[in-house]
Amino acid sequence: MNALVEVLAWLIDPANWTGPEGIVLRIAEHLVLTVVSMVAAGAIAVPLALWLGHVGRGGALAINISNVGRAIPTFAVLILLAIGPLGIGVTSTVVALVLFAIPPLLTNAYVGMREVDRDLIEAARGMGMTGPQILRQVELPVALPLIMTGIRLATVQVIATATLAAVVGGGGLGRIITAGFARQDQAMVVGGAVIVALLAIAAEIALGSAQKRIKLFRIATRVG
Amino acid sequence: MVILAQDCLQANAWICGEYLSTRREEILAALVQHVDLTLRAVVIGLLVAIPLALLARRFRRLETGILSATSLIYTIPALAMFSILLPFTGLTTQTTVTGLVLYSLTILVRNIITGLAGVPEDVREAARGMGYGAARMLVQVDFPLALPTVVAGLRIATVSTIALATIGAIVGNGGLGKLMYEGLTTEFHAQVLTATVLVVLLAVVADLLLIGLQRALMPWRRAVGSS
Repeated sequence: MNALVEVLAWLIDPANWTGPEGIVLRIAEHLVLTVVSMVAAGAIAVPLALWLGHVGRGGALAINISNVGRAIPTFAVLILLAIGPLGIGVTSTVVALVLFAIPPLLTNAYVGMREVDRDLIEAARGMGMTGPQILRQVELPVALPLIMTGIRLATVQVIATATLAAVVGGGGLGRIITAGFARQDQAMVVGGAVIVALLAIAAEIALGSAQKRIKLFRIATRVG
Repeated sequence: MVILAQDCLQANAWICGEYLSTRREEILAALVQHVDLTLRAVVIGLLVAIPLALLARRFRRLETGILSATSLIYTIPALAMFSILLPFTGLTTQTTVTGLVLYSLTILVRNIITGLAGVPEDVREAARGMGYGAARMLVQVDFPLALPTVVAGLRIATVSTIALATIGAIVGNGGLGKLMYEGLTTEFHAQVLTATVLVVLLAVVADLLLIGLQRALMPWRRAVGSS
């Protein structure tokens, strides 16, 4: 129990929250890394999935990429990138984060597009809508809930990978844990880990409720 | 040839036969630990997940709670998970196994609940009419019919456990992850790539074995086809 008291003492010590290596700055670093990687991954995966789903091709790739992604250890990819041509630094961290965010985004957006009722598309076509119009006004709104699921899963994945990136020289909250290991300061290791865990859980809950709100909003607009 | 092979270690090549032959014992030990960690995690995970799923089925109100608790656990990054467990289990294999068990619960509990929910009510009704008690119903009716969904979950859980186990290297026990972690500090290309390839191969082999197990356990599904 003594160890837990030390962790608590570390967490409430204001000195650990401020400064160039403080918790506040590490959280900011972590969020910037997450947002930048998610924007990049989204810009690649979502249009690709929408197009593949619209034309109905590449299903095997879009679906299997998630299964393959699960079997490839994040840890290995981070280390391979760090000792490879990209070297240790922000570039290899962001590349790794983007690589691991793409599979959930791609798979969910693709499945969302393919699950759009074919009759609905036929009806839209019968009304004289063009391909791009069908994509924007019919398929995209119907596929939105699954696209959101992909974004939620990818964000959680990116937050986790960004933590691990600290081991190979990346910034973010994982740094607190690795610094704790380097100083053999268990309170710091566990305190940092608690903050990481709370941030990940908060992101999951926030995105989950955002997803629900979108669903409710859609139902409300349909009724009204 | 020998000079060439020696060169690949000195040149820090990514693919190096000399590395495989000179470090064979170290590689094998890491592989054995990786299999051990995975087996322990998945077996314990299953033993914990089954009662949790049965609880969720028995008391419907618990279902949402159990499902959201396990999926929140899943969002905790592995580095943080293993670090949080340190004060309890220290730098032992237990730390890695406990973390992996907690992760496996998400998939296992969900799939067992889904599998049990898919057991047709008239089949259970018929078994009840034939005088099956609760325990016999569970073992002879519920489990066999839930098996395809459970094995599907077991496959996902095993593959992700094999990948996640590598991170255990940070708390001292990560099987092949140890070779990756050491290879990072020494920038040893062949060691990191070899360990990575072995982890992916291990995941593929485990998945194939589980497919084989599924076929052996469910001969009635073989006749229908592998869909």
